[in-house]
This record gives sequence, C-alpha cells and structure tokens, in this order.
Amino acid sequence: MARRRGGGFREVDLLTGTGLTLWRGANCLFDALSFSAAPGNALLIRGPNGSGKTTLLRVIAGLTLAEEGEVKWNGTPVIGCDNSGRHLMTYCGHATALKPELTTMENLRFFARLSGYPIRQIGELLVASGLAACADLPTRVLSAGQKRRAALARVFMSGAQLWLLDEPQTNLDSAGRQFLERMLQEHLAGSGTAVIVAHQSIDLGAAPVTVLQMGEAA
Amino acid sequence: MWTWFFQLASPPHFYRMAGSLVPWLLWPALLLIVIGSWGGLVQAPADYQQGDGYRIIYVHVPSSYLSMMVYVTMAVAAGIGLIWRIKLAHAVAASCAPIGATFTAAALVTGMLWGKPMWGTYWQWEPRLTSELILLFLYFGYMSLRSAFNDLNQSDRASAVLALAGVVNVPIIHFSVLWWAGLHQGPSISKIDAPSIAFDMLWPLLVMILGFTLFFLGVLAMRVRGEVLEREFHSRWAQDVLRGASPMEAG
Amino acid sequence: MNLGLGNLFWVVLQRDLLVAMRRWSDICNPVIFFVLVVALFPLALNPRAEFLRALAPGVLWIAALLAALLSLNQLFRADIEDGTMEQLLTLPYPLGLVILAKTLAHWLVTGLPVVVVAPLLAITYHLPADAIGILLLSLLIGTPTLSLLGSIGAALTAGLRQSGVLLALMVGPLMLPVLMLGARATDIALSGDDPTGPLYLLGALLALALSLAPPAAAMAIRISAD
Repeated sequence: MARRRGGGFREVDLLTGTGLTLWRGANCLFDALSFSAAPGNALLIRGPNGSGKTTLLRVIAGLTLAEEGEVKWNGTPVIGCDNSGRHLMTYCGHATALKPELTTMENLRFFARLSGYPIRQIGELLVASGLAACADLPTRVLSAGQKRRAALARVFMSGAQLWLLDEPQTNLDSAGRQFLERMLQEHLAGSGTAVIVAHQSIDLGAAPVTVLQMGEAA
Repeated sequence: MWTWFFQLASPPHFYRMAGSLVPWLLWPALLLIVIGSWGGLVQAPADYQQGDGYRIIYVHVPSSYLSMMVYVTMAVAAGIGLIWRIKLAHAVAASCAPIGATFTAAALVTGMLWGKPMWGTYWQWEPRLTSELILLFLYFGYMSLRSAFNDLNQSDRASAVLALAGVVNVPIIHFSVLWWAGLHQGPSISKIDAPSIAFDMLWPLLVMILGFTLFFLGVLAMRVRGEVLEREFHSRWAQDVLRGASPMEAG
Repeated sequence: MNLGLGNLFWVVLQRDLLVAMRRWSDICNPVIFFVLVVALFPLALNPRAEFLRALAPGVLWIAALLAALLSLNQLFRADIEDGTMEQLLTLPYPLGLVILAKTLAHWLVTGLPVVVVAPLLAITYHLPADAIGILLLSLLIGTPTLSLLGSIGAALTAGLRQSGVLLALMVGPLMLPVLMLGARATDIALSGDDPTGPLYLLGALLALALSLAPPAAAMAIRISAD
C-alpha cells in the first residue's frame, strides 16, 4: 500500500492522480493512490524495489493502464483515443530510446524535429551535457553513462512542462549528476513540473518537493 | 436496464446466474437435437440424387453455421471488453474460441464424410470446405496469441484486437474464396442452399440448428463460469465457491 | 508543438530509412530469402518450361508472402526494446500516422526489393512479357497490403520473446485473399484473359488496409508496450 505524504489538493494543480489502483496478477502494486503536483513543484517517488514506482510513472505517462482511477494533466485524462492529453509531457524511462546505428547527433536531431527544438542549438546542448566529443559516434559505442546523458539531453530538448524521469541518475558520474540537477533546477524555476523516481538524494535547489512513498516500508 | 447490466457483469452474480441458466439451455438443446435427429434420419425421405448420404447435413450445416456465429460472438465480446473494459466480456471471448474451433473441426470432418459419396474423395478444394479450413486457422491463431502472454490483462486486450481484425476479414476471405473457386469449377454447385428443399427435409434442419445454438450457449455458460472462477481465484467469493458455499452469500 | 502531420510522417519515415541503411542485412535478407524460395521449386519439382510457366504466378506470390511474413517480426521489435516506442507513444500526435510511416519504411526496405527482383525471377520461369507486367503490378499493389496487415500482427507480438511462428500463424490466414487475388491475376494474364477485375479488387483491399490497419496496429502497440 502506498500513502501520500505532504502537499494538499488544490483545484489548480497541474498534475493530479486520483484513486489509482493496479494489480499485477495477485500482487497489489497500489490501491486508491492519489497525488498532485503543481507548477514549479517536484514529486519524488521513493520506495524499495518492486514497489511499483516505475509502473506508477508509466501510468502517469499514459503508457500503462490503471485498473481504476485516473491521471489528469491540466484537467484532461492522459489516456484517451487522441494523444492530446499528452501535450507537453516527456517521459524518460530505463531505456534510452537511442538507435545504436545512428550517431548521437542523428539521434538527437530526430527528437529535436519532433519537438520543434532548434536544430542549430543541439551543438551547444551536446557541449553542456559533456557529449561534444561523441556527437558523430554511433551511440552503439557510447558508455552507459553517456547514453543516459544523451537521453537527458532529449528530455531538455522536448521543452515539455511535465518531466517524468525514471531513476535519471543511473550510470551518471558526478559531472553528469550536476548536469541533471542544473537542468532540473532550471526547469522547476521556470514553473515546470517534474515527477522523479529516485533512490539517491537529488538536489533540486529551492523548489518545493513532495515525497510519495511506495511500498510497505512506508 | 443499466443497473441490471452492471449487476450481470459482476463476476459473482454472473457466476450464480449462469449456473442456474445452464440446465435451462442444455436440456432443451438435448430435446431439440433428439427430435431433429429423428426427423432427419428417420422421418425425412431419401434424396433422389444423393440417397441417404445427404443426411449428414443435419450435423454439418448447424456446425458450420455455428463455426461462423461463434467467431462473431467472440469478436463482439472482445470488442465490448476492449472498449468498455469489462472483464467478463473478455472471459466470454476467451471461452468462445475453443468451442468455435470444435464446431469448425466438426464442420470440416462432416463435410469430408459427405464428400466421399458425393465426389468420390474426402477432400475437394471446394469453397465451403476451404473457408472452414481458413476459419480453423483463424481460431488457432487467436488461441495461440492468447496463450503467448504471461499477463492476463495484456492477453485479453491483444487477442481482442486480433479477433476484431479477424472478423473484418472473415467476409473478405469468404468472398475471395468463392471468387477463387468460381474461377476453377465454373458456377459451383452449392450443396447447402439447394434451390428448393422439401419441407420434410427442412424442418429437422431448422430444429437441429436451434438445438445446436442452445447447446453452444449452454456450453459457453459453463465455460465462462470456469473462466471467471479461475480469473477471480484470489477473491473471497471464489474461495467460498471452491469451499462449497453458495456464491450468493459470499458475493 | 509545431510540427505538421505531413512533416511528422516524413520525419519518422526518414529516420527509419536511415536506420535501415545502416543495417544492410535487414534490407538484403528478405529479398535473398525470396530468391531462395523461388529457386527451390525447379530443383524439387521439374524444370520443364511449360510446367514452370504454369507454376510461376503461385510460386512467386507464395515466396513474396513468406518473405513478408519473415521480415515483419522485426517491424516494431527494436523500437520496443530500445525505448523508442515509449517516446513515440507519448508524442502528442496521432499514433496511427506514426505506425503508417514505419510500415511504409518497412515496405520500402523489405517489400519493394522483392517487387523489383520478381520480374527477373519470372524470366527464369519462362513467363511471357505481358504476364510479367501483370505480376509486377499485382505485387506492387498487393505487397503493401501484406505489410499493413502484418503490422497488426507485428504490433501484437512485438513484446513477446519468441514470436516468429505465432506471427505467421496469426497473420497468414488474413493474407490469403491478397495471395489468391494476386496469383490469380497473373494466372489470368498468362492464359490471355483480362486481369483487371482481380487487380481492382487488390486495389480495394489496399485501400481498406490503408484505412483500417494503422489504427488497429496503433491500438495493438499500446497493449504490447504496456
């Protein structure tokens, strides 16, 4: 069972989940789970392995169907026949969504074109994320940490208001973590919203943080 | 109307209702099949061309009719389950498949037995038999997709998409097989819709079709009960049922 | 977001073609398999000219169908595994259009080479020129329909570990009308009659598949990625 801590409900909340219930076979991952996150706020999902953190994030992204309850983003349910509810939302899961055959530049250019990010600025972004040297290497040869950085660069390019990050610190060195934290602080300061599954501590600066504790350990 | 509908869709209620319905379906089915068999095998006259060989239509025609009907039933149930997310509908679709495949196999076997006296061979690439064969493959595809998933929820929804794709294709397959067969044999002699069938021969056929349909519904109700019980295995009412209590008290 | 739907289609198509260009075996294998299957028949049966000519429409169409079935397994698999599909699923655009672009890219890479090679193989089967023309035309209309139908099956099985035979078993029966019409059209042309009837029907099936298959595959891929 999961319980919500801190943060009350307000009608103006940008992201709300109400009464979410999901079973995997005979296992109840969460039962009547509710949460909310306002602009400029971060929602940290914590809990032991197997407590359904990733699944909850996927439910918020509209990738997984909850059995009951619904997630609303600006008042629109995220699961619908059209994808309009997914407007201005970006999801970054365990998989990096990089094609091993393409170079880092080619991979990022694809997502830049999808999200309308100016192609000319990808170079600067690669410098900021410490990937300038691998711009023209196929991502097949990149290290796990470099791939993670490229995936985070994609999140940044999306220009989305809502970031859904599943353990974004995985495989990152300290410079990589600083890049991530800087990116997140800037995003939250610009009244963006972030939902983050994280095991390690993460420095989000002055942004208000709500912690959602999953699993029995709560 | 709607409250009744939702009550029906709740597993314990369905389990109880379907259970009391089964005898009301299966006994009349048995009665109709006995009457139809008597009518078809004893009372109806022999055909002046085919002799007694034609009498297998009393099994073949109801089977082949149901092989299609069950597929449509399955697709409709799957569609309802997919759109309105009603788990019971998925259980109905899952239970339809093996029954439909059995009727299809029965239609194929009886068609072949009929072929022997008619054409002198058990198998002829004739449109109806060919359609039934393809339909059997559609059932097999559905059942193997269903069993390929570990997650029941995923399995329900994925196989529902396949059933819907299949039901759009069934008429296309049927007509292209007719077209294909017409090309080879000239106008094909349709065995089933004979231009005018004598009343003595017709009424047992209709009785048999009705009997087979009731039989299908009875077997379906039984299978869905089993399916629901298996799916709700962990719930309290199912445990109570398994311990022998009435689902009414538990539900 | 400021991307037109036509642009979206083009961006996805371009990227899939680029990925395919970097993996040559993906392009070559289906067409090599196609040639192999066609070459099996004279070896196993009888290389007499008139016998092969009668066989040609059926053999070439069956080989094209098998090549399509084999290649379909890869249509969405890599995207599901590397996380690209999660990104495509969370785009604020109609998913059916994305699926259509991916299916078209897949056909251009695996189906079109088969269509191009088929006339050469038809010559080895002693097919006359006008029948070869009809064969080419029927494959050109028919194989995209095979890819579209297959995209539904590929989407349903993309999340499963072992799915080759299952995919063939599921999609094969759905593809039979295309096979019958395509092979028959060539056959009719071979016997000197007018094959426009089946060709029109093939066109109708393509139109139907174009409108119905992408939304069905989109629904299926959401289920597979869940």
